[in-house]
Amino acid sequence: MSECLTFHYDVDGEDFTSAGQASVQVKKNLRRLGIPPEIIRQVSIAMYEGEINMVIHAGGGNADVIVYEDRIEIILADKGPGIKDVALAMQEGYSTAPDSVRSLGFGAGMGLPNMKRYTDEMTIDTVVGEGTTIKMVVKLR
Amino acid sequence: MYKHSVELDVGKCTGCTTCIRHCPTEAIRIRDGRAVINEDRCIDCGECIRVCPSNAKKAMCSKMEHYSHYKWKIALPAPSLYGQFANLTDVETILQGLLDIGFDDVFEVARAAELVTECTRLYLKSEGIKKPVISSACPVVVRLISLRYPYLRDNIMPILPPIEIAAMMARKKAKEEHPELKDEDIGLFFISPCAAKVSYIRNGFGSYKSKIDVVVSMKDIYFKLLGAMKKGEQPTVSPTAGMIGIGWASSGGESSAILNDNYLAADGIENINKVLDAIENGNIPQLEFIELNACTGGCVGGVMTIENPFIARTRLQSVRRYLPVSLNRLPSDIHYVPENFYCSELPTYMPISRLSENFSESMRMMSRIQEIKKELPGIDCGACGSPSCRAFAEDLVRGAVKDITACKMYGTKKTQESDSDNQGEI
Repeated sequence: MSECLTFHYDVDGEDFTSAGQASVQVKKNLRRLGIPPEIIRQVSIAMYEGEINMVIHAGGGNADVIVYEDRIEIILADKGPGIKDVALAMQEGYSTAPDSVRSLGFGAGMGLPNMKRYTDEMTIDTVVGEGTTIKMVVKLR
Repeated sequence: MYKHSVELDVGKCTGCTTCIRHCPTEAIRIRDGRAVINEDRCIDCGECIRVCPSNAKKAMCSKMEHYSHYKWKIALPAPSLYGQFANLTDVETILQGLLDIGFDDVFEVARAAELVTECTRLYLKSEGIKKPVISSACPVVVRLISLRYPYLRDNIMPILPPIEIAAMMARKKAKEEHPELKDEDIGLFFISPCAAKVSYIRNGFGSYKSKIDVVVSMKDIYFKLLGAMKKGEQPTVSPTAGMIGIGWASSGGESSAILNDNYLAADGIENINKVLDAIENGNIPQLEFIELNACTGGCVGGVMTIENPFIARTRLQSVRRYLPVSLNRLPSDIHYVPENFYCSELPTYMPISRLSENFSESMRMMSRIQEIKKELPGIDCGACGSPSCRAFAEDLVRGAVKDITACKMYGTKKTQESDSDNQGEI
């Protein structure tokens, strides 16, 4: 057998209303694998926040959820503007989201902090002008 | 084992694929030319009954006539009943009609609904509860949460739905007014708008057993009742519930009555899933209360109602117009939810979509499903009897389908790239 399973999702940057669909899909697949509800929720929230970020800031991207025997990895990759100051971006309440997005109730500056809070590990690999790849890990045991 | 309440008339089922494509939990397959329901997955939402072009599906209900052994028959009409009649502006005519068709007494479920409203207000003020509180009144929602949103289980309001409170009160009233009646003499007949209530009454609520004895379909009783109402007998009864109680019949009625702006009311199974997904992800602003109804429009949209839900809702407005806001209150010295209003236990999580009890085996099966899916046309035509190509792949891996050639379109097209499902199944 293969040692891991990959679920791949395209996050459409054009369509704000469909943001969050990948996290709903991932929940279904994790339920099929019999992953405990609390872990599913962690992955789903991290995914959801990441998806919204990619839609708001990067015009979409790719989301891969890789399930191993002992962990779940979430890799979100975009070709957006990159993050200038990662430490600042990690601060709760800091946001560069435009007003148009904030008026929809997004852009509260909780995206990255929540992603970190609900996962066991998070690394941000970003190059200004080229894009950002965020890798998160949720441990299964 | 969960007993659901959707019945198939095998003679009428043509094996068309309408129901499998509409079922929100992918509980139905076409096998040997007819629909087969997976009881573990069915949430009794009634979508299949609604969409079946051959009327082959119906809700299982009891006939009033079969229960003549009860010496004292009490009708418990759901408030949605009041929206079924044209040109009706008072509740008395319906209540009298129920007496005229053979019930010995009537107890409005709307009465109990007003008490549940009051309890909800009290409950929302209690400390240490998980918010937003989700209404427990629609049994489809409670079951959906137990199958699909285990994390939200503790958000369900642990207070019994109005029908149960009504049943307790009706029995107590009968025994007080007629001390000669024994418990087995009293029959409590709920007049139901939907199949889900039938299932709920059969299966109970966690370990709680329903206090209702018989469920009668609103549709079944309609013509008889209409006949009695047309005779125009002068009503000898008065309404016992006000605007709040009757308001529970349509979406938004229950939540608007809690006198708090921080609520949300959603109806229709797809919308409910969206709301529950949003709560689970924590991206709904701090709300106090969520009212969810599986049927469009709320209970007036139930499969056993007669009238279109929007017309019924409009009619309810005229019925409610001349009623007081509320006619039922908890005793004034009670400032907490009475102990017997609580349900002892909420349904537990049932991981029905889990492929195998063994994680490694589930991983292997999922991997097979992904491989098979690549071979399939990806058009979700349903001709194989499964609702989507993904479901077909899963059925194949689970062994419910023997061979990939059961796909009628096998080898015609390759499109599936992403791991998204096209349907909203569990």
